[in-house]
Amino acid sequence: MSKASHKGIKLQVVDDRPLTPCCPGEQPAVSPVNISEANWVVGQLETNTGPVYRVATALDRSDLWGAVKARWGVGRMNYTVPPGLYAIGAPDENAAVLVSANYKLSFDSLRRELSGLNLWLLVLDTNGINVWCAAGKGSFGTAEVARMVGRTGLARLVSHRTLILPQLAAPGVAAHEVRRRCGFNVVYGPVRAADLPAFLRAGNKADAAMRRPSFTLRDRLVLTPLELTSLIKPLSGFALFLFLLNLSAALLKGNPLALLPLLGHTIDHLVPFVVAVLVGAVLVPALLPYLPGRALAWKGLVLGVLWAFAYTALTPGAESWLRNTAHFLIIPSITAFIGLNFTGSTTYTSLSGVIKETKIAFPLIAMAAGLGLIALVAAYFV
Amino acid sequence: MKYRYLKNVVTLQMDQGKCSGCGMCLEVCPQQVFTYAENVSWITDRDACMECSACARNCPRQAIKVRQGVGCAYAVLMDRFKLKGICCKDACRCSLDNIPDP
Repeated sequence: MSKASHKGIKLQVVDDRPLTPCCPGEQPAVSPVNISEANWVVGQLETNTGPVYRVATALDRSDLWGAVKARWGVGRMNYTVPPGLYAIGAPDENAAVLVSANYKLSFDSLRRELSGLNLWLLVLDTNGINVWCAAGKGSFGTAEVARMVGRTGLARLVSHRTLILPQLAAPGVAAHEVRRRCGFNVVYGPVRAADLPAFLRAGNKADAAMRRPSFTLRDRLVLTPLELTSLIKPLSGFALFLFLLNLSAALLKGNPLALLPLLGHTIDHLVPFVVAVLVGAVLVPALLPYLPGRALAWKGLVLGVLWAFAYTALTPGAESWLRNTAHFLIIPSITAFIGLNFTGSTTYTSLSGVIKETKIAFPLIAMAAGLGLIALVAAYFV
Repeated sequence: MKYRYLKNVVTLQMDQGKCSGCGMCLEVCPQQVFTYAENVSWITDRDACMECSACARNCPRQAIKVRQGVGCAYAVLMDRFKLKGICCKDACRCSLDNIPDP
């Protein structure tokens, strides 16, 4: 294993361990950050293991802009911090050691809570993935913790033998194994970084509330932009499909081919489906605790049926029975599918539950959507 | 408020005879599945379990068994249809690749 150097200008950690990509087909995240020029570095600390970069505890404009971009999926796969040891304030040999992931959003949400504290921050190489996700995959794991403790010479830097890990890293890290491998005791800190100062003040004790992940309105909606951006492509394809249907219907019926009326019809016909996407991606997460049932596809279905009724009521007599049938089949399929997809964004769904839900819901959704599409096509030519 | 997912589906199992009563499972569980009584841990809210496997991985006696996984329909569908998908990085607990054993 090659040794990480804090002495060079660039703290690009050299590593002979193969970088395993997060998912098949994805490029491994290589940190593009030149650390000495990073906006979040505020000086260096001389230590007996070499210089350690000191990290700012306030976020600046570029951090906030980076967060916005990541939430909308821009450069999200490369938003990383170089793994290694960092300092918060002016830590000494007795200062606590916090361990975190090298996803820049995770790193930012941690350091912003640490102002006024003196701590060591050990950033693992989690391929730029957040704590929870990385722990689930094992990249925030026992081996990585032990490896980084060894590589940074932490045992020579601090006199104690305690690492504070985020509680959500526990699916990947075996505390008793870490102690066996590198001699450090793992203490699981609070779920939220905001509770860290209180946790440290209480002598590394978390109360019950600190151990529960929150899933507030804000938490539920934070992934909506990403969901919406991923739906732009299929929605554009669907818009093109509707345009071609309008075009062929006009051709068959011998109507004059004027572009503007064709586009107007296409937009009119697209509205109920665009709203359905918004209902699924915004209202389902927003209203999650108040929607009936436990399965998320079911919650989506309920809202979709309501929207289909509302649309029919808003456009009385305007649509043919075939088009209304198509709406009642396709709209709930869209909202149920987006609801089903939301399982991955929640803090409480189990794989066994999701497998059961998907097995039942997905074939029904596919069938309803298929029949709905047939009715929709027929509506143009009958 | 506690969110509730489907009933009677999770794979969480515990061998109480092996439990040393260290309480680690109570500490790491994000869903408060366990309670502590008579010097050992008890599964008292199995349906709340999200199969993250934090308890099993941190049990020094291997008293707990659970199939570790991420409750994400996207990943389940991608797996079912043998497709490659992009991984969500920030909030989704995506696990499109397999998780190594401890």
